[in-house]
Amino acid sequence: MSLAAFLQQLVNGLTLGSMYSLVALGYTMVYGIIELINFAHGEIFMFGAFIGLFTLQGLESLGLTNFGVMLTVAFLVSMVITSILGVAVDRIAYKPLRNAPRITALLSAIGVSIFLQNFVMLAFGRDLFPFPRRIIGGVTFGGVRIDNIQIIAVVGSVLLMYLLDLLVRKTLMGKAMRSTAQDMEAASMMGIDSDRIITVTFVIGSSLAAVGGILNGLYYGGIKFDMGFILGLKAFTAAVLGGIGNIRGAMLGGIILGLCETIVVAVMSAVGFAWAFDYKDAISFVVLIIVLILLPSGLMGENVSEKV
Amino acid sequence: MKNTITTILAVSVSFGLLVAGMLIEEPPVFVGFLLMIAAAVIAVKRLDLLNKIKIDTSHPSFYISLLVAVIAYPVVFTSLDNSYWIHVATIAGIYICLAMGLNITVGFTGLLDLGYVAFYAIGAYTSAIFFKAFPELTWAFWFLLPAGAFLAAGAGLLVGIPTLRLRGDYLAIVTLGFGEIVRMVLTNWGTFTNGPKGISGIPGPALGGFSFEKGMELFGLEFPRITNNYFLIYLLAALMGFAVYRLNHSRIGRAWVAIREDELAAEAMGINTTAFKLLAFAIGASFAGMGGVLYANTIGFVDPMSFIFMESAMILSMVVLGGMGSLPGVILGAFVLVVLPEKLRDFQQYRMLLFGAALIAMMVFQPEGLIPSKRRQLEFSYHELDPADHLE
Repeated sequence: MSLAAFLQQLVNGLTLGSMYSLVALGYTMVYGIIELINFAHGEIFMFGAFIGLFTLQGLESLGLTNFGVMLTVAFLVSMVITSILGVAVDRIAYKPLRNAPRITALLSAIGVSIFLQNFVMLAFGRDLFPFPRRIIGGVTFGGVRIDNIQIIAVVGSVLLMYLLDLLVRKTLMGKAMRSTAQDMEAASMMGIDSDRIITVTFVIGSSLAAVGGILNGLYYGGIKFDMGFILGLKAFTAAVLGGIGNIRGAMLGGIILGLCETIVVAVMSAVGFAWAFDYKDAISFVVLIIVLILLPSGLMGENVSEKV
Repeated sequence: MKNTITTILAVSVSFGLLVAGMLIEEPPVFVGFLLMIAAAVIAVKRLDLLNKIKIDTSHPSFYISLLVAVIAYPVVFTSLDNSYWIHVATIAGIYICLAMGLNITVGFTGLLDLGYVAFYAIGAYTSAIFFKAFPELTWAFWFLLPAGAFLAAGAGLLVGIPTLRLRGDYLAIVTLGFGEIVRMVLTNWGTFTNGPKGISGIPGPALGGFSFEKGMELFGLEFPRITNNYFLIYLLAALMGFAVYRLNHSRIGRAWVAIREDELAAEAMGINTTAFKLLAFAIGASFAGMGGVLYANTIGFVDPMSFIFMESAMILSMVVLGGMGSLPGVILGAFVLVVLPEKLRDFQQYRMLLFGAALIAMMVFQPEGLIPSKRRQLEFSYHELDPADHLE
């Protein structure tokens, strides 16, 4: 494998990883605060992609031609609608179960996931929806091609993550979020409205997932009702890899997982194991199992034992 | 004596309603029928009739009348020349085995296994791959049944050993990943599993000179060939049910429940939690392995698409709907979730949508299921009542 080919895989892995990170943030933030694996988060991501696509189509039928403007509007509309969905899911399926045994809330989340996936399938169909591929072109450095969409995906994700990091670390809201994550009861006693914090968490997580969904559509050129299932699992793996509950960890975990996936497949194909490509999706599960055994608190997580 | 009569009467009435429900052809009539039954069930519960007319589900007469009902079912449908509903009930029997197995892991021990279908697939492919190589050795089925159970249990241990130390919700995701990996292997390892095309032509079992491929002739009735599998599957399900019942009321069963309720406390009481969790995982997996062998030899065809995550989710819904940890509950849950979608064919495409909604509603409003297990009911309403007052 040549150096250029390796660097090419690095670029692809980075793009993939930045999308994983965006979705992983939703998992990690919700888990950090209410200790629930939001199993439906992958479906929220898929829903965001569909809303983005429909907005783009709607704007096109209105006669708009400037793709930059259209895309910006699509991002905003999708973020808002997807956030509403995320909060609604919390209110209907998770909120009544805050004090119930953990397995109950997790089963409810699985129910939400099945429901949303089948709802989108029945409402829009099971076909692959082509996403407008209007962002074309790119630059080439010594045999390594970087598409413009890759630049947009990576820069956009990193920017959003930087803003989130600022929000959590520097603002009063962020302080309230961190204290709720640490101890919800104590935070409530200090006058923090924990329901409001949970809502904000779902809003942020869902909007980031919506951005991830649209970027995913732009990058691969198509979206489908079941796209959230495998990607959700991978993003969850990324969150665990970084240390669940840790925001910077989720960003790092996503990038590492994306790089792992592309590079492992590329290296194995290069040394003659062409079948490795068929098992591309299995890599993240293997990573997940290894991380959980060797490093259960993740790369950046604190060592939390089970709460009694 | 009075108890015996009312019990037999109650089982007969339920059986009659079941057969009647299956024979209703028009969907609107059937929906009306369902609503009537639901109203009746609620009325019985509200008026506490079950206790007033003294239906004793632990009395032998209950089990004997159930046995008679299970035998009468194919007789009734054969004399009506309707083999379709025997087929459906046979599939329901396989799911009863699966749900009872998953109930050990999820219901008794509280380990959420989202990749249960992988063990089912291992059982089914054990049989399919064997018969692909030796199609004429039909008697080998009787050895494949334990072999499938054994391989599935081995796979259960393989996943369980590194992962059962993890927190509960991590385990759920890891098992889900395991299920997906098994499916990917089945799809991509073409030389062994025939890939996405699947393996067809799996023969039915044979016993001595008797082949399950041929229908029986008894009392002047010509039973369809599926009846053989029907009896085999319900016989095995009864054996499994008995095993589960005995396990649940043994030292092992109490250890499982202790782990589910509070793992730390269980450990402090001297329970080897890892060993008991592994045991639950392996026994649950072995049920799925046997279910898989039965499935392969009943349907005669396996392919990777039969073992997707939604299948795991469906088996899980059966356990949750019926009542986690409740043996009669999960049997009812499995039966209902197989038969009802067959009845509501017009709504077939909405099936998974309704499952999802039902799962959420169940968790929010009635987390202990349709037929709650006594122990479990106490856990969910822990804060409202004093558990000591409610244990027998």
